[in-house]
Amino acid sequence: MRFSEAWLREYVNPPLSTDQLVAQLTMAGLEVDGVEPAAGEFSGVVVGEVLALSPHPQAYRLRVCQVAAGGSDPLTIVCGAPNVAVGMKAPLAIEGGILPGGMKITRSALRGIESFGMLCSAKELGLEENQGGLMALPEDAPVGADFREYLQLNDVSIEVDLTPNRADCLSVEGIAREVALLNGIDANSQVVTDNPVTCNDIFPVIVDAPEDCPRYLGRLIRNVDRSAKTPLWMIERLRRSGLRSLGPLVDVTNYVLLELGQPLHAFDAAKLQAGIRVRHGVAGERLKLLNGQEITLSDDVLVIADEKCPLALAGVMGGAESAVDDATTDIFLECAFFAPTAIMGKARRYGLSTDSSHRFERGVDPQLQHRAIERATQLITEITGGLVGPIVEAVAEAHLPTRNPIVLRESRVEKLLGLSIPRDQLTSLLTRLGLEVELLPEAWRVTPPGFRFDIAIESDLIEEIGRVYGYNNIPKRNPATHMELQPVSEAALDIERVKDLLVDRGYQEAITYSFVEPGMLAKIEPELESIALKNPISSDMAVMRTGLWCGLLDAALKNLNRQQSRVRLFEAGLRFTRVEGKIIQQKSLAGLALGSAHEEQWGEKSRGIDFFDVKSDLEAILRLASHEMKVSFVNGKHPALHPGQSAELILDGERLGWLGMLHPKVEKELGFETRVFLFELDQDKLLKRTIPVFKSLSKFPQVRRDIAIIVEEPVTAMSLTQCIETLSPLIRQVRVFDVYQGTGIETGKKSVALGLILQDHEETLIDVKVDGVIAEVLARLAQDFNAKLRE
Amino acid sequence: MDDILQQSLQQLTEIQSLAELDLLRVHYLGKKGVFTERMKELGKLPPEQRREAGQAVNLVRDNFQAALEEKKLELESKALDARLASEAIDVSLPGRGYGGGGLHPVTLTLRRIARLFENVGFVVVEGPEIEDDYHNFEALNIPASHPARAMHDTFYFDEHTLLRTHTSPVQVRVMETGKPPLRIIAPGRVYRCDSDLTHTPMFHQVEGFLVDESVSFADLKGILYEFLRLFFEKDIQVRFRPSYFPFTEPSAEVDIECVICGGLGCRVCKQSGWLEVMGCGMIHPQVFEYVGIDPESWSGFAFGMGVERLAMLRYGINDLRMFFENDLRFLHQFRAS
Repeated sequence: MRFSEAWLREYVNPPLSTDQLVAQLTMAGLEVDGVEPAAGEFSGVVVGEVLALSPHPQAYRLRVCQVAAGGSDPLTIVCGAPNVAVGMKAPLAIEGGILPGGMKITRSALRGIESFGMLCSAKELGLEENQGGLMALPEDAPVGADFREYLQLNDVSIEVDLTPNRADCLSVEGIAREVALLNGIDANSQVVTDNPVTCNDIFPVIVDAPEDCPRYLGRLIRNVDRSAKTPLWMIERLRRSGLRSLGPLVDVTNYVLLELGQPLHAFDAAKLQAGIRVRHGVAGERLKLLNGQEITLSDDVLVIADEKCPLALAGVMGGAESAVDDATTDIFLECAFFAPTAIMGKARRYGLSTDSSHRFERGVDPQLQHRAIERATQLITEITGGLVGPIVEAVAEAHLPTRNPIVLRESRVEKLLGLSIPRDQLTSLLTRLGLEVELLPEAWRVTPPGFRFDIAIESDLIEEIGRVYGYNNIPKRNPATHMELQPVSEAALDIERVKDLLVDRGYQEAITYSFVEPGMLAKIEPELESIALKNPISSDMAVMRTGLWCGLLDAALKNLNRQQSRVRLFEAGLRFTRVEGKIIQQKSLAGLALGSAHEEQWGEKSRGIDFFDVKSDLEAILRLASHEMKVSFVNGKHPALHPGQSAELILDGERLGWLGMLHPKVEKELGFETRVFLFELDQDKLLKRTIPVFKSLSKFPQVRRDIAIIVEEPVTAMSLTQCIETLSPLIRQVRVFDVYQGTGIETGKKSVALGLILQDHEETLIDVKVDGVIAEVLARLAQDFNAKLRE
Repeated sequence: MDDILQQSLQQLTEIQSLAELDLLRVHYLGKKGVFTERMKELGKLPPEQRREAGQAVNLVRDNFQAALEEKKLELESKALDARLASEAIDVSLPGRGYGGGGLHPVTLTLRRIARLFENVGFVVVEGPEIEDDYHNFEALNIPASHPARAMHDTFYFDEHTLLRTHTSPVQVRVMETGKPPLRIIAPGRVYRCDSDLTHTPMFHQVEGFLVDESVSFADLKGILYEFLRLFFEKDIQVRFRPSYFPFTEPSAEVDIECVICGGLGCRVCKQSGWLEVMGCGMIHPQVFEYVGIDPESWSGFAFGMGVERLAMLRYGINDLRMFFENDLRFLHQFRAS
């Protein structure tokens, strides 16, 4: 809502400066978004009248004018504006005047003829953006009068960003009511008297949808003067409220909308057939709107129609076919109350937002229509003349919103605000809010006025009390609450701890968008069903990520392009998939590593990162959750990973996640020129920690035996260690300390060196016993893996 | 005996290393050493001379031993000096091993916020990001076609499924199952279909709420006032300005004195001297009704804040879009924290 301060002050004029007024509005919840002067800074400009014109002898475009400026003699002014004419009144900057931007007006010769000032356009005075020739002033403008005073230009436009509950402030009168309330003074209201009916013509109105349109007023005004012009004062007020002048009929409806908050519409009566019908649309019906847009109606949309076809989208916008234009002589003026529920969302559905829909969907005072139509009639006839027909009113009282009384308890005010306000003060505050107040013991029964759609329950009143009393006058307190210990699960590992670990190991946390480019996702996780947005913001953010790799890969690529050759990134967040029609949202942790194994450092040979560097990071994470002994890294197939360097992590028979090298094919397609390693873990599975259980320590020394065996290349280290570990209770630990292929080892085979730690709880192990175990191990390895002891 | 002493001491001065010294020690003091031999020979002397001769051998041997010890200390000290000299390094060379990574500034800010509230008993709860319109809107008193819905530029999957536009649905989810008293902080990602200089389609919020027997607006003011001053570690001005949210009443926007210009007016605060940092209010009775909590017995407040906004103000970041570009040059600036 934008309005002129001077217009407001006609209603209510508190002893506050503009700045103070603006601060007061903001702190009352009517947030002021901007304050703009009504005109640029200028002085020495008066109303001038062009008395005579003659061509400039030296310049084809210039003319020499004699301009009356209030002094005894007219001034000679050289003017280049094409619209200058004898008899025209226009702003004249005289000698000594200063125009916006600091231009000083002096007597100066223009192509040999001395000019004593300058006739001005609206743009030159900072009133308008567009250059439109000299600003023509009305015939009754007093010659010689100071232009700023004449147009009340020492004014500002105040833009208030109103919250949806404050529809009552979507008018100058509403703002005035609020300012009066805040300052404890009275506001004037626009006095409206009924216009005498000067013609008996009526246009019948039938309301088929009384629940959506409980009140509809209409009247004919005939023989309006189509050459009439909107008075300058009205154009100025509209301009300062952000509206352009569109001819007197539309201007008046806009003016009343701003003044009282009631939207009105003027139809060209000559274009209407037989009578108004307020009804729902018929599916498939089409209507061309004032803005040229053609819409298709549905049966839940309210329209104003005649007997033939829909004329307007009720409460939103008029139709093009029935609009007033320069040839209009008879109008049908509509002034209705539409139920907010009937209008809500309709404008948005058609991509519209109008001053009218904005007000109707938030709530217009249902008692305002008579006053508004009379006010509009008065202004129209003042400007264009015309014969005024009687008002036709269709009203369904039963469907008009009722303002039910609300009981407000003193105790509740104190409880919710945390503040005790004396009863008298509250009573007076409620009264000033325009409520009907009835005193009850320790309470009040109040009935809100029609314009306060937002006051319906006790809390609404408490909010109003807090607001008017001033939030900043409410004390600050520390809440006194129950002290209760909260459960702390020891079995839950905090993801923040895992993040810290990755950070300590050189990873940088990234946060990437949860929606990704579908093409990239198809390369990385083609087998998962993704979830597409219905209204994505762009095609590269169109589907929800099914895993976290897309975002990390994208971030890594961008960093490579920024000359970062070594990247370690991780991200924690949700991944989204659809499984059997159900949306699954899983917490995930993913990482990416590329470049050298370590940051460049002296004294160490630089080498590229490999699988086992990243695996060691994962093992460190698994240790946090005491999973390191329970997770198996099993060679697995993932469409985005190198088939020979990818591991599926299995915990308790379920997949915990993936680790691997980005598939060389994908690596190339995405534009990487380096190997990329990726991992992703399911947070819910990862973060379940085993609570330690103490096992007694053996008093007897441990024995280590090393063996080297030769097996086929595909035999995994884990299968060997798992086989050995379960063989004898004496074997405490098995370590792989070397894997060798090359000279001395047959092609297709490998040597694996294993360290076995043995220990007994009962006695000191003697060699014979250890030898027995080792022999058993070798026999089993030979049997299961065809392993041979390396000589 | 004097000759032996002279000779042995002479030999001692020529010794260069601990190894040579040990050989010399064995030569004189070993089981078959010079002095041992001499002691053995004492038996051949007549008994009356043995005592004197023995004393003479012992004296010489003790002298030699003392000189040997001295020499040993000297050599050890020299060897240590030599080792120290040879092992000296340039301590200004950088250390090896892991380079430090870092947390995202959003995480740093989230942790800071959570910690401040956890200290007074708030519990962190998370919720789904793909939400249904009931939890995101309806149960928060924003029915379909409510003008407030238009203010949330919502991403939809279908008519009733959407990306949450705020973290407030967590409030509903917690209250549906939990029983008061409740003290909850709900951080997380939220989404709005809006992208320009000052909007990203995804950002982070922290929702907080407290429900107890007698919670008032004064309590809300108290806790948020303290929070903001503690978050910024600055004695800043805070003001509460009436506003409107369908799920709170009374509702307020919380402004802080601009931390960039100190309230004098600058580009960041649009010359107003104030920065809007949070929305808050008393939980609307309708919301309590939806989740089955009796608004006569319980009252509560809720608040929500934009994490990126707080991070920007805290760390002086001037471009919102930096948060999701994951430029290492940007992210590395927050490693120290």
